[in-house]
Amino acid sequence: MNGLPLLSVMTWAPFVSALVIMFGARHRPRLVRWTSVVGTSISLVASVWVYWTYDRVAAGFQFREEIALVPSLGISYLLAIDGMSALMALLTSIIIFAGVFASWTVKERSQEFYALLLVLVTGVYGVFVSLDLFILFLFYEIAVLPMYLLIGIWGSSGQIRPQGIFGWAMGRTGVGTKEYAAMKLTLYLLFGSAFILVGILALYVANGSQSFSFLAFEAMQFDSTLQTWVFLAFYVGFGILAGIWPLHTWSPDGHASAPTAVSMLHAGVLMKLGAYGVVRLGMGLLPEAAVDWAWLVGTIACINIVYGALSAMAQTDLKYVIAYSSVSHMGIVLLGAATLTTNGLNGSVFQMFAHGIMTGLFFALVGLVYEKAHSREIFKMGGFGSMMPGIATAFTIGGLSSLGLPATAGFVAEFLTFLGAWTSDHPWWLFPGVIGAFLTSIYVLRVAKQIFWGPKTDDPHFQHLPDAQGPEWAALGILVFVLVLFGVVPSLAVGPVDTFTGPFLERLVGR
Amino acid sequence: MMTDPGLLALVALLLPALSFLVLAVAAPLRRLGRPAAWFSILCAGGSLAAAVQAWAAGGDDVSRLLWAWLPAGGGTLASVGVLADADSTLMLTLVALVAFLVQLYSVGYLSDEPPPGLGRYYTYQSLFAFSMMALVLAPNFVQLFIAWELVGLCSYLLIGFWYQKPEAARAATKAFWITKAGDVGLLIGIVLLWRQSGTFDFFELRLLAEGGALPLAGLSLITFCIYLGAVGKSAQFPLHVWLPDAMEGPTPVSALIHAATMVTAGVYLLTRTEWLFALTPEVLAVVAWIGAFTALLAAVLACVQDDIKRVLAYSTVSQLGYMMTAIGAGLAAAGFFHLLTHGLFKALLFLGAGAVIHAVHSNDLSHMGGLARRMPHTAIVFLVGTLSLAGIPFFGGFLSKEEILGAVWAGGFVGPFLLLMVVALLTAFYMFRVVFLAFFGEPATAHITATVGAAHAGHPHDPPASMRVPLWILAAMSLGVGISSTMAGQMLQFGPAEREGPAWLMPSAVGVALAGILLAWLTYQRRTIDASSLAAAFGPIRRAALARFWIDDIFEGGYRVGLLGFSRAVGWVDRYLVDGVLNALSAWTLTAGDDVRGMQTGRAQDYVYGVAVGLLVLLLWVQWVLA
Amino acid sequence: MSLQAYLTLAAAVFCIGLFGVMTRRNTIGILLGIELMLNAVNINLVAFARFGGDVTGLIFTVFTICITVSEAALGLAIVILLFRVRRTVTADHLDLLRG
Repeated sequence: MNGLPLLSVMTWAPFVSALVIMFGARHRPRLVRWTSVVGTSISLVASVWVYWTYDRVAAGFQFREEIALVPSLGISYLLAIDGMSALMALLTSIIIFAGVFASWTVKERSQEFYALLLVLVTGVYGVFVSLDLFILFLFYEIAVLPMYLLIGIWGSSGQIRPQGIFGWAMGRTGVGTKEYAAMKLTLYLLFGSAFILVGILALYVANGSQSFSFLAFEAMQFDSTLQTWVFLAFYVGFGILAGIWPLHTWSPDGHASAPTAVSMLHAGVLMKLGAYGVVRLGMGLLPEAAVDWAWLVGTIACINIVYGALSAMAQTDLKYVIAYSSVSHMGIVLLGAATLTTNGLNGSVFQMFAHGIMTGLFFALVGLVYEKAHSREIFKMGGFGSMMPGIATAFTIGGLSSLGLPATAGFVAEFLTFLGAWTSDHPWWLFPGVIGAFLTSIYVLRVAKQIFWGPKTDDPHFQHLPDAQGPEWAALGILVFVLVLFGVVPSLAVGPVDTFTGPFLERLVGR
Repeated sequence: MMTDPGLLALVALLLPALSFLVLAVAAPLRRLGRPAAWFSILCAGGSLAAAVQAWAAGGDDVSRLLWAWLPAGGGTLASVGVLADADSTLMLTLVALVAFLVQLYSVGYLSDEPPPGLGRYYTYQSLFAFSMMALVLAPNFVQLFIAWELVGLCSYLLIGFWYQKPEAARAATKAFWITKAGDVGLLIGIVLLWRQSGTFDFFELRLLAEGGALPLAGLSLITFCIYLGAVGKSAQFPLHVWLPDAMEGPTPVSALIHAATMVTAGVYLLTRTEWLFALTPEVLAVVAWIGAFTALLAAVLACVQDDIKRVLAYSTVSQLGYMMTAIGAGLAAAGFFHLLTHGLFKALLFLGAGAVIHAVHSNDLSHMGGLARRMPHTAIVFLVGTLSLAGIPFFGGFLSKEEILGAVWAGGFVGPFLLLMVVALLTAFYMFRVVFLAFFGEPATAHITATVGAAHAGHPHDPPASMRVPLWILAAMSLGVGISSTMAGQMLQFGPAEREGPAWLMPSAVGVALAGILLAWLTYQRRTIDASSLAAAFGPIRRAALARFWIDDIFEGGYRVGLLGFSRAVGWVDRYLVDGVLNALSAWTLTAGDDVRGMQTGRAQDYVYGVAVGLLVLLLWVQWVLA
Repeated sequence: MSLQAYLTLAAAVFCIGLFGVMTRRNTIGILLGIELMLNAVNINLVAFARFGGDVTGLIFTVFTICITVSEAALGLAIVILLFRVRRTVTADHLDLLRG
């Protein structure tokens, strides 16, 4: 360590720039944007640095910072990073950096928008780097709550026809509006965080109310009953954020209604918070229960994969397709984790990263298409490939990654997960996984063909559309580059993650 | 000078990669069109030179270069690299050769394409050349799969090159989906095999397999899954449906990808892993039967096509079936030999057909006729290709076809052997049907006037030199291979002597081919046999063939009704039932709130009453109940 | 006097205050009622401090008085504002929080 508290710098830089934006950049939209760029690039540099200098031989938690906050309760500001969280922090940096550029054109109240976005990001970083569960929970809430405002104010509404035996309820709750989506998302996630809080407190009490430190909990052997229900609490609590079936329905509505950068951040990073929580807290602290309940986690993950892919295929709104594809891909993440094998877990963490980047790219592209064509209806658009070749190419690359095409990050992640699945105790998990990848190829290419690589429509609105411009290129370029880079050289990501996986699994299954 | 075949092969592999990277990143160069094309051709030429040297330098040596690619558990899970041996360098040379010639040819063929489109085309071509070579040189299953998918991607991109045509966009996605369905099998096979053996590496696997250290339990499933990948890529029944549609791409693409190289990847894979399949004879029998059936099915389909490219496409499917049958019969080397000769003459046929299409501006055989006089170069090379395909002595496909028939007979596969003999007849028939309809007979001037305009009316002519040179090179090579192999006879001997066919085999095979030619001549040239009465004689089969035996319809129906219908049902359930429960819960909560909201009068004093009464109750409770 | 007497006095004052709060229709009357209730508590605190020999109660009372004063000031300010806006200070009419 070289004296500079890198993790704190990384975590608080966006927060500080949010303060600057709120108090120093009133009515100066360019300054707002550039302040955000500066703040997020500080985080980006810090996270790349941390990632690069992370000592893979020593492994374990590094870059430790500790300040006692409430010694009598054992709460301290304890930050540290290991192979998994370093990758997640890197992901966050890349997505928010691209997200700042992707929302360059936000007109209404851009000051508040950027400020909230940056505060949210601080929360996300905080969760990934905190080792004190009290602080972690605090950051978690910071990451969840601004969403309500971001979707409720800057979101977009759609229309959904009430049908079915619960049709009567849909009109009453206002399904389809942005307020509905914002409320649903927030309530769902808060519902989840109640479980998490209870779980954390239960562990704290069982540990003799000494300390909230992750390391202290990790050293404990909790008894089986406690492990079982705390694990389930963590699984449900974090799992909601990770989009586990059948608690995933906040995700399509929320992501479809949210503005571009928020969708990018939410699907790209926040859903990973959920998976990260399940792996780090659920499996890491409660090894016995994790092994006992692996069948449940894996089976639900399989449902997620296939169900999400089929639902995505049924959508006609571009943003919903992407949102459901996230549900499907998060299934791969949890499936990999549930295999309890080296490859599976490597694949799981790598998929968190890969999916974060690709879904960030997708939402950025949907935002751009909507901005140019003012439509998200897949079957009304057509033949955009010749008008916006850049966007079309980026969409294709993102799509190929999501269907697991080699030379993109998606392949490596899926391949590792499949290897893990087949060597786990439930080899049949391999098949839903593979089928999901195949279904993905169908819905992704169908959309790509309809919107970009197909014949032009006659609709006069869609005859002269511009390609991406200026800052938008920056967003697309970064994401495409990362997606391909990590696909061609996967050891960049798998290397550090592997240092985390080994000891982690040793604790879980003793191998 | 480098003499290590591995390094040379690496150079051959990296040159197209360089070309792709430059064209992909340097957008201004790409948009210039022609300079980008020549850059790509230059790289392909260099790659060809390196590949030839690698082949010449190799002999029987095996050269392996490996780099760790994917870590796991502190070690290395998978590597990438180059495995250069006799087979792979030979295949590499074929790929480099055809890629180079096709790229050269495309300059002329796509001369009307706007510069950015041309740049895009050459970017894809370079990526394809790189991926295909990476596939050929793959030292393990992981790299093979990576390259396997990448060539599929290039195929998708190039079929859909003219994506503004609805058919092209449709064919591209169809090709991707159907090959991807096969790839699912391959991926499963690779994963299963990894668990069985603990390695992806061909070299190590071969040692295990030949040393008997590979557990046989479940191995049939594994080889079958791997075979599924080959079924998709090499267009075997029932996944052959994508290949004819793939003809919507530019013709040079069909020559390169859908005739000479990518579609043969499945055959190549099975050849590469021959030692693995040898452990599971029951799977090999399936391979042989499906191969022979595919060959017959496709040959029948080829007889009724009116589109010159579709005839060639079905003929490719049919020939792939031939190769697969040979592999199934246990003589992969014969299949591989046919792969090489077929690569040469089928590329030739496609490029020749491309020249015709370029001149006539139509794919339809009825719009052609009498072209031999106007396009003599094209006619001659096309005839060379046709004779090669028909398996006439001194032409390219002769010996390789004999080898396959001999191998199948010697392997005891009488059924497939008979099917293949019928296919040989049909092949000669349908190919000469094309020759007679397109190059002989009366010119169809009416159509040409209509499409090309008065200035060029009735003057289709040979293509420019950049297109002619590749044609002649391929024709010369087909002939060269044919003559040398026929003369030398035993020179290119594959396999043990007991797999030789019986003495009657060669005359009868040639006889069958000649009979096919004769039939075509009588029907389409002399008109002794009326084509329509011939059609009537085979009425039901013909109708079925025109409907493509309804296989495409089954896929279409399965996709539209089965998959999309099911997905819509799932989508509905998600929106209205899974989410509906949630909405119902929230609606109930809202209703309950409505019902009790009256309690909140908003008047401060009512609340004070509440507090006071509550306090009183609490006091009384403490006083009496607790005490 | 005994502690009991003080407590009885405080209870009585408290009840009077509570009665005022519950029954007065005029907002200012309600505020007066609240003042009475707070002062009843003060009597209790002082009485306990006196008889318990502990100054905490006295200190607490000082706090309470401060708060009472600010509360009265705020309360009256609110009433005046309300009167300006609504032209009434009758508690029954002030039911903006009705459910």
